[in-house]
Amino acid sequence: MAIQIKTEIFDPFEEIQAYQKKKFADIKSIGASTIFIGTMRDFNEGAPIKSMTLDYYPGMTEKQLDKIILSAQQQWQLIDCLVIHRVGHILPNEPIVLVAVWSSHRGDAYDANRFIMEKLKSEAPFWKKELLDNNQARWVIKNTNGYTPD
Amino acid sequence: MSIKVRYFASLKEKIGRSEDTLPYLKPMTIYEVWHHFNVGTTIPENTLAAVNMDYASLDSLIKDGDEVAFFPPVTGG
Repeated sequence: MAIQIKTEIFDPFEEIQAYQKKKFADIKSIGASTIFIGTMRDFNEGAPIKSMTLDYYPGMTEKQLDKIILSAQQQWQLIDCLVIHRVGHILPNEPIVLVAVWSSHRGDAYDANRFIMEKLKSEAPFWKKELLDNNQARWVIKNTNGYTPD
Repeated sequence: MSIKVRYFASLKEKIGRSEDTLPYLKPMTIYEVWHHFNVGTTIPENTLAAVNMDYASLDSLIKDGDEVAFFPPVTGG
C-alpha cells in the first residue's frame, strides 16, 4: 500500500507500471486491477477555468488517506492499493488523482476503488482554488456526498 | 506547554492568519479555542475541525500539546 502527495505533474500509467514492477514480481494471485484517474477539466460550474491550485494539510491528508485505505482493506479482499494526489499549481488535462487497486477478483477491486475515491473526496483535506479565464480566483465550495453503495 | 491552532484554505484567507498559539491553562472545547482567537466572529457554517489530524466535533475537549485545525469542507479528487 502506498500514498503519495506530488507537487509536480505525474504520469499515472508510468506510476502504475513502476509500482507493479517493484511490488508484484513474486505475486501471482492478482486477478483484477482497477484504476481511477481524475484529471483537471477546463470548465467548472459554468465557467472556463485557466488553472487551479490545490492546497492540503500535510500530515493530516496522509493520515486520513491511510485510514480510508485501511477501511477498504477491512471491507474487501485486496492485495494492494496505490493512491497518488497532486497538490500545487495544476493545468487542464493534468492528472489530479490516481487510485489503483489490485485484488484477486473484480468485485473487490471495483468496489474498493470506488469507495476509496468517494471517501477521499469527502474526507481527505485537499482544497481546490480555481483561476478563471477572466483572472478571478475562487475556492471550490461544492462538496460531493460520500459513497453510498446500492 | 501550548495549543497550536491552524487554519486552512478559504478560512485562512478569511481570517488572515494561518496559525495561532495558545498557552495551555485549562481544558477547553474546540469551539472555545475558536472564540479565544476570533472574538466576535461566528465560526463559518460547515467549518470542519480536527485535533491532532483527526476529525473532531466542536464540543470536543482539547488537552495540552494538541494541534487544533479549522478548515472548510474538503474538495480534493
